[in-house]
Amino acid sequence: MSNVFEIAGDVSVFGFRAVTSLFRRPFEGEQIQRQLAEIGSKSLPLVIASGFALGAVLTLHTRSTLVTFGATAWIPTVQALAFFLEIGPLVTGLLVAGRVGSGIGAVLSNMRATEQIDAIESLSIDSFKFLVVPRIVACTLALPLLTLFLDFSGLLGGFLSEYASSRLSFRLYISRSFASFEWSNFYAPTLKTAVFGFIIGTISSFLGYKTNEGAQGVGRAATTSVVASSLLIILVDVFLIKFIFFIFPESAL
Amino acid sequence: MINGRGSAVAFDHVSKSFGTKQVLHDVSFDVRAGEALCVLGRSGTGKSVTLKLIVSLIKPDQGKIWVEQDEITHLAESELSRVRRKMGFLFQDAALFDSLTLYENLALPLLRLTGKSQEEADLIIDKVLHQVGLAGDKKTMPSELSGGMRKRAGLARALVLEPKILLADEPSSGLDRITSSEIDDLLLMQKQEHNTALIVVTHDVRGAKRLGDRIVVLDKGRLIADGSFGQIEHSDSEVARNLVTE
Repeated sequence: MSNVFEIAGDVSVFGFRAVTSLFRRPFEGEQIQRQLAEIGSKSLPLVIASGFALGAVLTLHTRSTLVTFGATAWIPTVQALAFFLEIGPLVTGLLVAGRVGSGIGAVLSNMRATEQIDAIESLSIDSFKFLVVPRIVACTLALPLLTLFLDFSGLLGGFLSEYASSRLSFRLYISRSFASFEWSNFYAPTLKTAVFGFIIGTISSFLGYKTNEGAQGVGRAATTSVVASSLLIILVDVFLIKFIFFIFPESAL
Repeated sequence: MINGRGSAVAFDHVSKSFGTKQVLHDVSFDVRAGEALCVLGRSGTGKSVTLKLIVSLIKPDQGKIWVEQDEITHLAESELSRVRRKMGFLFQDAALFDSLTLYENLALPLLRLTGKSQEEADLIIDKVLHQVGLAGDKKTMPSELSGGMRKRAGLARALVLEPKILLADEPSSGLDRITSSEIDDLLLMQKQEHNTALIVVTHDVRGAKRLGDRIVVLDKGRLIADGSFGQIEHSDSEVARNLVTE
C-alpha cells in the first residue's frame, strides 16, 4: 500500500515539474505542434467513428424504451444531454488513454531502452522538456477538441438512426437536442476533459520515461499506462462531476 | 593524484556503485587532447559506465572527473550543458532518434545549441554526411538504415558540433570486419584532422591496436593495466594479456 502512495507521490511531482517546466525557455512550440498532430489528428478517425456508432446505438436503445411511454420526441434531448454531459467526455478520455497513452508509454520506454534519452541529454538538451512536456501539453489541449468531435459525431449518428425510424427532419432534431440545454452543460464537461488529457499525458509519460527495463519494460509501460490512466480518469470523473455541480448548480439535472 | 587541468578528460580515484554492485572502484586515468584511449575489459566491467560518467549522465559516488579545466561532478545543469557541448558521443546502437529523419537527427543539436542559420546548418550537415559516406541519405529514417549506416549516422551526429572529445561505445559491435574498419578510419580521421581526444570502449582487439595510442584495461571495476598496446601485451596481468590476444 505504501508503494502505491510512493508512486502517486512520484507521479504528482512529475506532473508538477512538467507544469513548471512549461513556463521556462525553450518553449518547445515545434514539439508541441508535432505531438498535437500525433495525438490529436491521428486520434480523430477513431473518435469520430466511435461517436457515430455510439450515437446510432444509443438512439436505437432509447427509442425502444421511450416508445413504450409515447415519449419518442425526447430522443434528441436525451441523446444530446447524454453525449455532452458524460458519454462524450468519458468515452473520449478512455479512447485516447487506450490509443495515445499506450503509445506514449511505449515510445518513451523504448527511447530509454535504446539510449535515445541518454543521447538527448548528451547533446545538452533537457530530455524532460523536449520529450515529456510537449506530450502532456498536447494531451491536455487535444482532449477537449476530440471530445467535441465525439459529441457531434454522436449526435449525427443519433440523427441518422432516428431519421431511419421516423423521418425526423435534421432541423427539428437539432432544435429538440438543445431545447433543454444550458451553456454550462456544454463547456464545463468539455473542459473537464483537459484534466483527463493531463492525467493521460502525465501517467503515460511517467511510466515510459522512468522505465529502464529493456524490451520487456516497453510492453509493461504501454499496458500499465492504459490501465492506470483509464482507472484514474474514471475516478477523477466522479470528483469533477461533483465539482461542476458545485460551481454550476443549474447544470445538475 | 591526477591533475585534470592539463588533460582533455581525467578520472581521479572514481568509484561508482549501483545498489550493492560496485561497478568502478578507485579508477584513475587521463587522456590528452589529440590522444586516442581505448578502454578494454570483459562485459560488465564498467566500460560503458565510464563513458556515461564522462558526459555526466550518471554521477560518481566518489572521486573527481575533469573535462578540460572543469571538474564536472558537482556542476549545475546549465554548466554541464556547456561542458557537454565539447563532447560527442557515439552510442553502442547509435541511439538515433527514430521519429526523425537522418537530416533532422543532425539538425536538432545544431539548430538548438548553436546560433547557426538554417543555411549554415545545411552546409555543415552536408559536409558531415559526406564525410561519413551518407550524403544521399538525408531523408532516410533510422529504421531504414543498415547496422553500419546507423553507426556512421550516429558518428555524424556526434561530429556535427565539432567536439573536442569524442566518446565511442563499442563502435564495431555487430559489424563485419570491413565495416568496423571503415568506422575506425572515420574515428582516426577525426582525431588526426581536428586533434580530437578519442575515448573508445571496445572489445575489438584489432580496432584497439589500430586506434589506441594508449590502452586501459578494466577488470571487475578496477583499472588493471594502462599503457601502449605493446606494453599491455607484456603486462603482468594475465587478464590484460588475454584481452589483447586476438
